[in-house]
Amino acid sequence: MQHALEGSQAIARAVSLCRPQVVSAYPITPQTHIVENLSKLVADGVLECELVSVESEFSAASVALGAVAAGSRAYTASSSQGILLMSEVLFNIAGLRIPLVLTCANRAVSAPLSIWNDQQDSMAVRDAGWIQLYCADNQEAIDTTIQAFRIAEQCELPVMVCVDGFTLTHTLEVLDLPDQQQVDEFLPAFSFARRLDPANPLSVGTLVSPEYFTETRQDHHQALLDATAAIVQAQSDWLAISGRDTGGLLRCEGPDDAATGILTLGSIAGTLQEAIEEQGDAAPARLITLRAFRPFPEQALRDACQGLERLIVLERALSPGAGGIVGTEVRAALGVMDNPPQIFNFAVGLGGRDVPLEIYTHLLDAIAKGRGTGFDILDLDTGKLPAETS
Amino acid sequence: MIEIRIHGRGGQGNVVAAYLLAGAAFEAGRYGQAFPSFGAERRGAPVTAFVRISATPIRRRCQVRQPAFLIIQDEALLHVPGVLDGLHTGGGILVNSNRTPDELDITTGHELITLPASKLANETLGRPVPNTALLAAFLALTELLPQQALVKALAERFKGDMLERNTRLVERAAGMVPAGRWQEGDHAARA
Repeated sequence: MQHALEGSQAIARAVSLCRPQVVSAYPITPQTHIVENLSKLVADGVLECELVSVESEFSAASVALGAVAAGSRAYTASSSQGILLMSEVLFNIAGLRIPLVLTCANRAVSAPLSIWNDQQDSMAVRDAGWIQLYCADNQEAIDTTIQAFRIAEQCELPVMVCVDGFTLTHTLEVLDLPDQQQVDEFLPAFSFARRLDPANPLSVGTLVSPEYFTETRQDHHQALLDATAAIVQAQSDWLAISGRDTGGLLRCEGPDDAATGILTLGSIAGTLQEAIEEQGDAAPARLITLRAFRPFPEQALRDACQGLERLIVLERALSPGAGGIVGTEVRAALGVMDNPPQIFNFAVGLGGRDVPLEIYTHLLDAIAKGRGTGFDILDLDTGKLPAETS
Repeated sequence: MIEIRIHGRGGQGNVVAAYLLAGAAFEAGRYGQAFPSFGAERRGAPVTAFVRISATPIRRRCQVRQPAFLIIQDEALLHVPGVLDGLHTGGGILVNSNRTPDELDITTGHELITLPASKLANETLGRPVPNTALLAAFLALTELLPQQALVKALAERFKGDMLERNTRLVERAAGMVPAGRWQEGDHAARA
């Protein structure tokens, strides 16, 4: 049924439809409204769930870990510094193969302090061993949240659903919220085989000696690689129920014969799509929106880039001292193609800088001037740099 | 698609105004999108919010740089740099003020209409929150959506006595501006 909802409200309703038994979180902008809305659903008696208030994100993640280990479906959400304060626990959750769902309301990381959107936070924990799915809009945020629980529980891996802070979390728009029956049909009740149970004692998180550590890492790596199938399956099963295509590993739009491709992730995709459409036949482009960043869908990416002469990778974070994070991985993945496209890599929209509709023409101008062949920040205002570096 | 920018101060219900307008668009069978641009999160700080209304789904998420209309919840903001930037030729400015446009003594190059929205809200709601009155006046001026759609959007947020007071405020404010005045304007953004 269609509603006019704020992104955070919609995500909370989607989480609630998944019948979590434990929600634990600590407020941080721009994640706050998600948990606030969940707390209201609990208070109103809509959602029967243990809502655990904690004193920090470290504890929020720890409570969620323990809840899942004890056999409950659990959920948490955070942003920015909160994600980083959780980071030790995030690695533990993944290593213990705890199927938890977390929403990251993407926000820049301090210092300097910024409450606004970029994707530095989730990118900083990309190696924690979680599945990471990025949402292009709030409808995808609803649908991906629901799929995330199934993917997590099927793969025994945690899933981080990444939604751009403010740009999605604080945007009210017309959204289709599934009904409870649809979600129940898609998502079976959670049953955790390795549940902590006094009647059947087992130890988790024990010391692992060098004799076995390597194999546990390989096992975890393989589980993430294998999760691509579960991500694709969850999408197609949800499509059959909801009628909506959220894209599996990635989404490809635009003409098959376009020479230019643009790859991005998150909410820039919608603006880019309209910008490309405005150019019409004058400058056609294929828009590739990466949904799964972990596991990194190498083969799907190569398939999506077939026939392209150039690919622009546009991301909302960077690795200082190296350059693009997504761009570097895309270069490695496409390097083995017979005729790989030339790759350009830009960061844009850091710390909430607006990404305007002119983004597409700015990109085309920039590559025509030879920028982005390595890595550049597209919307940099050199006039604001200190004199010695400008 | 029509794009609208709302300027106000923290605590004036600026973001709620944007949500209500986009919600009203939804109630009228259109697509609506609304989002804020927060500065410092505190009362009194300038806050900008953006609204898009369209017959087709809205995919762009950039800020509104060239609005067809401006809704200004605090007349002092008219003097803040950037507030009037990008307004379309022929676009209108609706300002919360107890004064007439002439008394405001400001040259904008656009038609400016004033409404004593805080005063009306104080009398009707018991709180000087100008957003509902401004939205009702805006819909009366533009005839963009029926007032009933705004009332439905209000009903999503308010219940009982507060909804009833807001509904009365809608009727009162709508009657205080020239109906359809901005309907025929040659707004380039009108789709």
